[in-house]
Amino acid sequence: MLKYTLKRLLLLIPVIIGITFLVFLVLSVSPGDPAVMMLGVEATEADIAAKRAELGLDQPVLIQYVQYMLKAVRGDFGKSWYQGFDVLNEFSHRLPYTLTLAVLSTIVAVVIGIPAGVYAAVRHNHMPDYIITFFALLLSAAPTFWLGMMYQLFFSLKLGWLPASGAGSWKAFILPIMSLTGGMLAGNSRMTRTWLLDVIRSDYVRTARAKGNKESVVIVKHALRNSLLQVITQIGVGFSNIVGGSLVAETVYAFPGIGSFLSAAVKSKDIPIVVGCIIVVSVIVGITNLVVDLLYAVVDPRVQLE
Amino acid sequence: MKKGQMELVWIRFRKNKLAMLGLIVMVLLMTVCLSAPLWLDYSKVTTQSIINAYQAPGGGHIFGTDQFGRDLFARIIYGGRISLFSGLITIGIAFVVGVAMGGTAGYFGGVVDTVIMRFCDILMSVPGVLLSMTIVAALGQGLVKMLIALSVAQIPRQARTVRAAVMTLRGQEFIEAAKCCGTGNTRILLKHIIPNVLGPLVISVMSGLGGTILSIASLGFLGIGIAPPTPEWGTIISENQASLMYYPFLGIIPGLCIMIAVLSLNFIGDGLRDALDPKQKN
Repeated sequence: MLKYTLKRLLLLIPVIIGITFLVFLVLSVSPGDPAVMMLGVEATEADIAAKRAELGLDQPVLIQYVQYMLKAVRGDFGKSWYQGFDVLNEFSHRLPYTLTLAVLSTIVAVVIGIPAGVYAAVRHNHMPDYIITFFALLLSAAPTFWLGMMYQLFFSLKLGWLPASGAGSWKAFILPIMSLTGGMLAGNSRMTRTWLLDVIRSDYVRTARAKGNKESVVIVKHALRNSLLQVITQIGVGFSNIVGGSLVAETVYAFPGIGSFLSAAVKSKDIPIVVGCIIVVSVIVGITNLVVDLLYAVVDPRVQLE
Repeated sequence: MKKGQMELVWIRFRKNKLAMLGLIVMVLLMTVCLSAPLWLDYSKVTTQSIINAYQAPGGGHIFGTDQFGRDLFARIIYGGRISLFSGLITIGIAFVVGVAMGGTAGYFGGVVDTVIMRFCDILMSVPGVLLSMTIVAALGQGLVKMLIALSVAQIPRQARTVRAAVMTLRGQEFIEAAKCCGTGNTRILLKHIIPNVLGPLVISVMSGLGGTILSIASLGFLGIGIAPPTPEWGTIISENQASLMYYPFLGIIPGLCIMIAVLSLNFIGDGLRDALDPKQKN
């Protein structure tokens, strides 16, 4: 297990090198000279050349890339081109907010979504099944940012229960979590329902009932345990989506995570922020996938990690 | 796919009420949006008239007017052209490139497979929205650039689906037979393998379509999708964000349009999955 974990962590390195290189390559062919954008159109040729040299833009892409990565492994992600602050330092303040949001949304989606799916499967083709499926379908079709705005309108402006923006108190987390969790909650409940319906008619479940087990034991211990693998896969995919979604949802709530920061950086082409963000997010997603694979072995003893 | 097979799929699809509802709504939406220039003047989309700002739905303007007095109905109809058809084009590009990449990887295996699939792994190591945002950052705003950005985020998923399907076919006898006849690799791929993997591919493409429409709206909302004043459902919502408090209909109506479109597409996708792959049906 330890050897496998280490091997997988090492495999993250080429992926990160790959994605950052790709991003560098794409950004380097993009139109618009950052030095001109920073100094304005009235800057002299000499000023622009000096700025380009300062940013390292006068070097070939490959060298720029190697220099960036050499610094990045030492924890230096560079400075924001337009705002001047240290990118890593800014991340260290913002990342905890985004991660808290993502983890809590995932937990909510699991804690509500899976039982909802189980209930829908148990009451298959009855009212509870229809209601749960209906809401799951609605939630999966609603854009995250729009859900966020509707919640703001209703819970903050109309009812005045929760703050509409910021992250001042624990209450400010509730609306962002509610909007982020929507898609995954819907996915979880639909998946759980489908997989559970698959196994619920199998022979071993009938045997478990025949032995005189209580219905709750049959469902939780026999049926649900066997669909857990699929549910865990779904959680892994969902978490990655939630991290992506938080980039959008944070903008709605002016939430001080990396998302609101990134979308501003994308608009102004602040490359150090964009690349830094890609590195951080791909590490998070990579670790999540690793955890999911490790969980497979925990949940299903037949799975051999290689 | 043969004609008889198509008919069978259609018969199974037709039995699914939700899928048929989705199909009808989608066809209706697309017809209305596509035929818009015939019955709705584009000038209505952009003409500003401050006196008419913030009119409630009903009356002269079916969906009311926004802060500049522009007709929301016209903006939504013309916006739908962009939202819906960008989704289709994105998925189309992802489909073609995904088939090419996944087919090659799955059929040839070995080094080719490793290179292509590692490339897909790299693209999949960041969430799709983030990848699209980065590409837009690099290329700049605009319709074509957004389409490229969105398809790149979709390609690895399609490639994986195709590869998995191709790999199960590769060793089968009819492929060997084709090889024995001296058929070239390209022909085997295009004539013998791809038609056989269309089922899982269509499912994966259709289930991606709803998500793509949501991504387009998200990019529009963040202000990095289509540049204003061209309407698109996501940008319409973000333009009206500040007025939502007093005029909530300006956000609710375009949002509902996105939801109805995505919901219909999801219904169609589910229906197709059940029709093409009856084993998976629950």
